Amino acid sequence: MEEKMNRANSPLNVDALSPEEIPGELFETLDDSEKNSEFVAMESKTYFQDAWSRFRKNKLALVSLVFIALMILAAIVVPIVSPYTYDGQDLTMRNAGSSWQHPFGTDRFGRDILVRVMYGARISLSVGFAAAILNLIIGVTYGGICGYIGGKVDLVLMRIVDILYSVPTLLYVILIMLVFGSNIFSVLLAISISSWVGMARQVRAQVLSLKEQEFAQAAYVIGASRKHILFKHLVINCMGPIIVNTTLMVPNAIFTEAFLAFVGIGISIPMASWGTMANDARSQLMLYPMQMVWPVAAICLTMLSLHFIGDGLSEALDPRER
Amino acid sequence: MTEPYVRIKHLKTYFDVTRGVFSPKQIVKAVDDVSFDIYPGETLGLVGESGCGKSSLGRTIVKINKPTGGQIVIGGEDITKLKGEPLRKFRREVQMIFQDPYASLNPRMTVGEIIREPMDVHHIYATRAERDARAVELLHTVGLKPDHIRRYPHEFSGGQRQRISIARTLALSPKFIICDEPISALDVSIQAQIINLLKHVQRQMGIAYLFIAHDIGMVKHISDRIGVMYLGHLVEIGDSNDLYFHPMHPYTQALLSAIPIPDPVIGKSRQRVILQGELPSPVNPPPGCPFRMRCPCAQERCAAEMPELRDVGGRKVACFKVHADFGF
Amino acid sequence: MQESKNLLEVKHLTVDFSTDQGTVHAVRDVSFSLVPGEILGIVGESGSGKSVTMYAVMGLLAENGRVTGGEVIFDGQNISRGAFPTAKAYNRAMCAIRGKTLSMIFQDPMTFLNPVLTIEKQLVEPILNHTKLSHAEARQRALELMRQVGIPSPEKRIRQYPHEFSGGMRQRIIIAIALANNPKLIIADEPTTALDVTIQAQILELIRDLSRKAGSSTIMITHDLGVVASMCDRINIMYGGKVVETGTDKEIFYQPNHPYTKGLLACINNPEEDDQDLVPIPGSPPDLLKPPAGCPFVDRCEKAMKICKLRMPEPTRLSETHISACWLNELARRGRGGDRP
Repeated sequence: MEEKMNRANSPLNVDALSPEEIPGELFETLDDSEKNSEFVAMESKTYFQDAWSRFRKNKLALVSLVFIALMILAAIVVPIVSPYTYDGQDLTMRNAGSSWQHPFGTDRFGRDILVRVMYGARISLSVGFAAAILNLIIGVTYGGICGYIGGKVDLVLMRIVDILYSVPTLLYVILIMLVFGSNIFSVLLAISISSWVGMARQVRAQVLSLKEQEFAQAAYVIGASRKHILFKHLVINCMGPIIVNTTLMVPNAIFTEAFLAFVGIGISIPMASWGTMANDARSQLMLYPMQMVWPVAAICLTMLSLHFIGDGLSEALDPRER
Repeated sequence: MTEPYVRIKHLKTYFDVTRGVFSPKQIVKAVDDVSFDIYPGETLGLVGESGCGKSSLGRTIVKINKPTGGQIVIGGEDITKLKGEPLRKFRREVQMIFQDPYASLNPRMTVGEIIREPMDVHHIYATRAERDARAVELLHTVGLKPDHIRRYPHEFSGGQRQRISIARTLALSPKFIICDEPISALDVSIQAQIINLLKHVQRQMGIAYLFIAHDIGMVKHISDRIGVMYLGHLVEIGDSNDLYFHPMHPYTQALLSAIPIPDPVIGKSRQRVILQGELPSPVNPPPGCPFRMRCPCAQERCAAEMPELRDVGGRKVACFKVHADFGF
Repeated sequence: MQESKNLLEVKHLTVDFSTDQGTVHAVRDVSFSLVPGEILGIVGESGSGKSVTMYAVMGLLAENGRVTGGEVIFDGQNISRGAFPTAKAYNRAMCAIRGKTLSMIFQDPMTFLNPVLTIEKQLVEPILNHTKLSHAEARQRALELMRQVGIPSPEKRIRQYPHEFSGGMRQRIIIAIALANNPKLIIADEPTTALDVTIQAQILELIRDLSRKAGSSTIMITHDLGVVASMCDRINIMYGGKVVETGTDKEIFYQPNHPYTKGLLACINNPEEDDQDLVPIPGSPPDLLKPPAGCPFVDRCEKAMKICKLRMPEPTRLSETHISACWLNELARRGRGGDRP
């Protein structure tokens, strides 16, 4: 900017002159104030501002983000404004196709599929997000402690993780369902127990390498407490992978929930979940395939969107991976 | 004569690098029986090649590494076994500047938060406003502008970052700073800025430095005394000019003659003692003088026992040949 | 006549890198030449464009780097990208030259050597690629090279892997690979920066000896003025993507002209002399995303003038070998009443 102004002010274009022709006044010494000696290269941007500007460039992820936002909104609004409920049967309107009254049609009990899909979205999304948050809290704390303390504590804690990891998820789920009954909380519990392990491992690996970094040692030399170093210095620096992992946890949990519902363990009828709806529609798949299409489309689009968001985040938060 | 501020006595730092449970025990003697003193306001330079243990020594003194044996006495207090609250107190007196200005600042904290952190941790000043004011003052001391306080480290160049980390160490007004290769990652024109800054704050605040580096030219410039390390041992220590112009230990002689001199006539004409071979592995080192495998004047005795650091003409040298010359 | 005498001639070379933040103008209009048998030092701080210049000459720029102007003439042949119709033709021509008449020694030997191949494979391959020797003959040549660079018991060590060698020994292997086909020009990019002083002395001695014996030219890229002083015949000082001063070793060290060169010399400590205060150059190097219109050093220069901000100074020839680009020379000429210096 300044350069341009200087150029505009000077009546002649110095580049066009031969060195001999340059007027003498340009050979006056510059003041220190005219120099730009201690400049700072880039404009100030925090890590997250920077990440957001990269994320925005990824159109697919952005569209997915909008889709998920709309889905959440619809899941909240549609069941409220709709005249139908998820379990309200209308036996005169069984297996209806799409119409103004029932945009997605009705099922074999005459229940409105749109409302049921949106109820399913409530369950699926809340299971997904709740599992992700539990996963975040448990995984980060556990992994962070393992990585930071290290030594024997780490050895014992990580062996426990290995044991948990080696038991098949389905086994837990069925056991938990038997003990706590089939409701949304046991599904959540089952999914959370088996999923935080991956997060813990990842955070531990990150913390292990970060704690050898000089900024962590500098904090130690300053006299900072362990808790302070772990959360203020180490965990915050692996936020990128943590956020990505958490985001990708959501579709995993949704998928597990839908799968459990489809095979008949999980949310009990008449509660609607995408898995139970798909299961319901299975018996008349040949006659009314659209009844299957709606819940399955909801699952697929949600999962895809969340995956795209996860990809976009991992690119935006860790530009080295590109 | 004043009392030394730092006394290092027979300090040992060993690392167990045994791999697997059944393999033979492998010990790296990173620091092996090193003793020296540092007086208040003095700079002791520590030179040696990579792997000689100079950085491990610095890290042991601030207790990043656990000492295996010996004593660290700072300000009259034995801090070797210190833990918990007393250790945190001692942190206010002894600070460290790290080598890599790109790794030593937390990328997620603003410059202000970084400089304020030591004061936050030690609850210096009652209010946040006072700490912020002090941070600005420190930024000014190291030649940065007050509005840099809200910026993030990645916006600064290497030299500027190193100045930020100096500001952080000064926040606690320490009496002793360990400078672990503070200039080796920086460009030549920036190195001089940092060296001058370190000298300036030393004069102002009377801080003692342990200046660890491999660039002997710079170490000679900043230090009052220089210690030379080889494979975990301190082999020679003495006044910096004296040691540079009249090195006694054969390793010091070789090290000094290997420095490229920034003068085309001297640089191209002078005779060098080119050492054969390389630094031996520090894992399970054999007994005797560690330098004897490359030493031009090794004797039989050198293989049998380690020469101790002895006073010879105002300096200390660990070499049998030098001892013999001085009639020991 | 002048043209044919030079082994390497770089004319008005310009290199840009495209990055997230915009285009970095890493090398801006750099020209220099090299005669056979000469050791040329290119000195500059990080970001001065010293390595990029030579990587551009070798055709080894990173993917986002592009030569946007200028010519490179090596051994009578124009090897700039613009002289070839397609990228493929250029790459093929460069592959024939690289490792044969033009070779490179890198800063970090570990990234250059392939960790899963034996030294034998890595040494024999470049020989086989560029000559008609049989495998056994190439192996003999490899052993000879290892002896030449001072690796003890080469018959045993040739079968080992890179990780079994120390840093200094690895650098010797890199040098052996570089020497494999008796190159006319060796470009050494900070060859000793990763090494310790005593090992550095060994390696520098070796490079100097070998280049003298083989009569090949060497370009040393370094930031260490000590290394340059003890190795090089001629020195280019680079700053902000430009060569600001060039001259023989003695001219640069004893009669520096450019304020940056003077500043560099004032901020290093010559341990042979009594300790003087170091005079640092204030500030930081320029941002090459927005390179200044004038002299890149203007913001850190004590003697900066108005003109320095507006226009890059023309190179002034101070002697047969000594050229410096600074407006102070024009001022001095005017002071003397208008005659050329």
